[in-house]
Amino acid sequence: MKNLPAYIVLLPLCSALLSLALSKIHKHLGRDVVFGALVGSLVLSVVQLVRVIQNGPIHYIFGGYKIPYGIEFSVDTINAVIVIMVCMLGVLSCMFAFNFDKNGDALQVGGAYTMHALLVLGMVGMTMTGDVFNLYVFLEITSLTAYCLIAMGGSRGIVSAFRYLLVGTVAATFYLLGVGILYSVTGTLNMSDMAACLKQGNNDSAMLMAMMFLISAFGIKMALFPFHGWQPSAYTHAHTGARPLIAGAMGKIPAYAMFRYLYCIYGKDFKYFRYVLLIIGVISVCGMIYGSVRAMAQKDIRKVLAYSSVAQIGYISLGFAIGSPLALAGAFLHMLGHAFMKGGLFFAAGAISWKYGTFDLNDFGRIYKRMPFTAGLLTVGALSMIGIPPTVGFFSKWYLACGAAQTHEYVYIFVLVLSSLLNAVYFFKVIEKVFVQADKNRKPLHPEGKGVTEAPITIMIPVVTCILMILLLGVFNVKVIDILLISLKGVAL
Amino acid sequence: MILTALDYRPGIIVLLPLIASCLIYVLGEHILPNYREAITFAAAFPMAALVYSMIPAALAGKEIGFTLLEIVKGVPLQFSVDAAGMIFACVASTLWIVTSCYSIGYMRGHGEKNQTGYYSAFAMCLTATMGLCFSANLLTFFIFFEVLTVATYPLVVHYRDEEGTRSGRKYLAYTLISGQLFFAGIVILYSFTGRMDFVPGGFVNTGDIPMPWMLAVFILMIGAGIVKAGVMPLHSWLPAAMVAPTPVSALLHAVAVVKAGAFCTLRVVLYVFGPEAARFCHGSEILAWMAVATILISSLIAIRKDNLKARLAFSTVGQLSYIILGIAILSPFAATGALYHIVAHAFMKITLFMCAGAIFVTTHRKNISEMIGIGRQMPVTMTCFTLASLAVAGFPFFVGFTSKANIIMGAISMGQPFFVATLIVSALLALTYLMPVVLLAFKRDFYNSQFPVKKEANLPMLIPIMITAACSLILGVMPNFGLHLYGLAAMAGNAIFGLSL
Repeated sequence: MKNLPAYIVLLPLCSALLSLALSKIHKHLGRDVVFGALVGSLVLSVVQLVRVIQNGPIHYIFGGYKIPYGIEFSVDTINAVIVIMVCMLGVLSCMFAFNFDKNGDALQVGGAYTMHALLVLGMVGMTMTGDVFNLYVFLEITSLTAYCLIAMGGSRGIVSAFRYLLVGTVAATFYLLGVGILYSVTGTLNMSDMAACLKQGNNDSAMLMAMMFLISAFGIKMALFPFHGWQPSAYTHAHTGARPLIAGAMGKIPAYAMFRYLYCIYGKDFKYFRYVLLIIGVISVCGMIYGSVRAMAQKDIRKVLAYSSVAQIGYISLGFAIGSPLALAGAFLHMLGHAFMKGGLFFAAGAISWKYGTFDLNDFGRIYKRMPFTAGLLTVGALSMIGIPPTVGFFSKWYLACGAAQTHEYVYIFVLVLSSLLNAVYFFKVIEKVFVQADKNRKPLHPEGKGVTEAPITIMIPVVTCILMILLLGVFNVKVIDILLISLKGVAL
Repeated sequence: MILTALDYRPGIIVLLPLIASCLIYVLGEHILPNYREAITFAAAFPMAALVYSMIPAALAGKEIGFTLLEIVKGVPLQFSVDAAGMIFACVASTLWIVTSCYSIGYMRGHGEKNQTGYYSAFAMCLTATMGLCFSANLLTFFIFFEVLTVATYPLVVHYRDEEGTRSGRKYLAYTLISGQLFFAGIVILYSFTGRMDFVPGGFVNTGDIPMPWMLAVFILMIGAGIVKAGVMPLHSWLPAAMVAPTPVSALLHAVAVVKAGAFCTLRVVLYVFGPEAARFCHGSEILAWMAVATILISSLIAIRKDNLKARLAFSTVGQLSYIILGIAILSPFAATGALYHIVAHAFMKITLFMCAGAIFVTTHRKNISEMIGIGRQMPVTMTCFTLASLAVAGFPFFVGFTSKANIIMGAISMGQPFFVATLIVSALLALTYLMPVVLLAFKRDFYNSQFPVKKEANLPMLIPIMITAACSLILGVMPNFGLHLYGLAAMAGNAIFGLSL
């Protein structure tokens, strides 16, 4: 098991290649292979976390080439946890997608799962890599597969995908520019090596320049305000089966990459570090408010959730901007929590649309009568978004606020309060629709049959798992925080 | 809190209604209503029994409880039993049984819809309330406080109509905003003091937080409590929430929600800040004057209301402020009075509300002007109403007298004649707004009234009314009857001010 980090990436890669070929033989063979591979990755990533906790960080070098020339995967407790999150959402959303692949020929169906596996692979690779150029490669894999999956969502999906493609290409270019500047200064592409070189030299202005490019690049990729323009339509019109994965996990990985640049490569010795943090803080705050305000006006639940993502990603970058250990831990807790919240809410919305074929909030009136479980789970997810205890949303907010109090940035506490209240406005609007307002004449697409009262089991398992994760992460947050703090202690402010 | 003995009973007490709530939500639509209600009682009776079983320990001054887990870094999720929490727990668990019984009569008598959601949310409210009672630190308290906020929402919007929706939004706006500010206050307080646990007499020292900040934190933290307790000018969600069915009003006004607000204020002022810091930052003064204004204004508004439930709602607003005033006076007597008023008001007001509900179900009348001579049709109900009215007005030998006398003694001992005058005037005002109901019911046109036939509400409604009315009389004569509630209140009051019994 010396090659553990490599297997986690290779399993989905192999399954992606096989999926297309196998789906020629039988329509569903490809998806089974992908599902199996993702489950395998999930198991391995859990094993990996256990090992990292026991034996300290893993530095895996591909092909035995020496650092700084070879490619390195460096896994500490933080990205080990994030990899688990990505794999888990990958598995769940793959299972969820089973219900939405009835149309299309074998190649399309198999291709969708290929893209699915590649997307997971790209995100996992981006998280684990210790090489800035390798990160670019995985970033592109993630982006390209995401373009495909969004374009598969029908005619509006193609337009959204094209828009994302244009913006995403700009982001990739910015990233390359940033990396180019850093490479010209340090002459290395390995992250830890680069960090060491940057500490020695006196290149503050070049580093600042590079940082601005990197913030823009990651800002676009994680849909941070004001770089979020592509995101709402992309989330809304993406392929239904892939939407929870795209919305739940995709924004978090660039955020983690940004954290790495900020705290692992640049570090607190960087001369303009405070100013960079302030900039990130200000745009996070604007995003938290802007996203929520826009979300209030939406009638389509996908749009509500998409704009709420703009706001929620602000929580994560706000944690980076505060920078104390608790705030960083809170940001990562929110990263995990929000992945399951957003994933869970999209799964639940998917369940409703599977049954009634609608995403319009006005058609959701008293849907709890027909789908009590889905409605209950949707409510828990929404409460977590608002930050009502004992869900994870409350605890990540708690750590962020405590972190802000540690560094005496009390303004951020009140921003968190305001943002929670704005979240409450539109999530209680959803809850009100689901439980209170009069029902319209909905015609079920899939009438209740034998054994299926709400939605098929392959939809309900993802929903239930996500909601359980929200509650478990909330109640046992200290365990997660402890794991995160092992690696955070060294880098935080 | 340092626990002297490990005891899991508080945890079981919190868990019982939680399980009941989930079971009711999941099974409610699939089983017969009788079985569904059986779940409620199957949780309510053991819960009350467990609560009562802890009274001796609380009276002996033992700190029993347990730590469940570390809920955030450095702060445990801890439950413990103390005198103040015990009082609230006794009231809530006793009245849950009573209200459930009444609910069955009301909801069936009135043919209500959505009963499953109703009983489920009701049990959830009790979970939160019990959690509040036994929370040993601020964070545990806050968690249950927010759960209570959310769990009450389905009860407020019970009718699912336009008005209910509007009230629900109003309720959420008030409670969520104040709850979030409470959260900010807790975080700031924690960052300054590094402590969270409730200590009788508080743990904040006057030098802990620089002065303007201290008042700010105080206001942030009591905000949530006084919104839930309906202190003016933050009360308007309470009368709006009157659109809900009457048992909900009874729960809101007497058992859980508003009392949770008062209890929250008590914990924050006397167990977190403590008398010294509260006086030092002038927070208690502000609180006291707000309470005084509320007592007077709400009574004046209540006089003008024709809708019986609305009149009672404003009476609640005023009576709750007695508790707040008792807390803010910062004397042992007043604190004892405030705690005992939690008991007193619960029994009095729930009787009044249940009577109003009984009248509504039997005669479909909501307004006082339509109830002339109703004493002939419903003599038992109206007798109970009369007893409870006298108790609210603070007649001697009724439960309201004991608590008010204590608060007045506290005000005298602190040299606050204006507070004394307020309390006396408001007792008269209470007579002014409640006695007309009684007089109209019994006196005018009694023998040729529009209600000639004697027809009481059904038994599940009538029995709870009689029980609570009897309690408000018995507890007035013997304050320590049964559960030693007055003894507990006195204990808590003395512990806060560091006096020995």
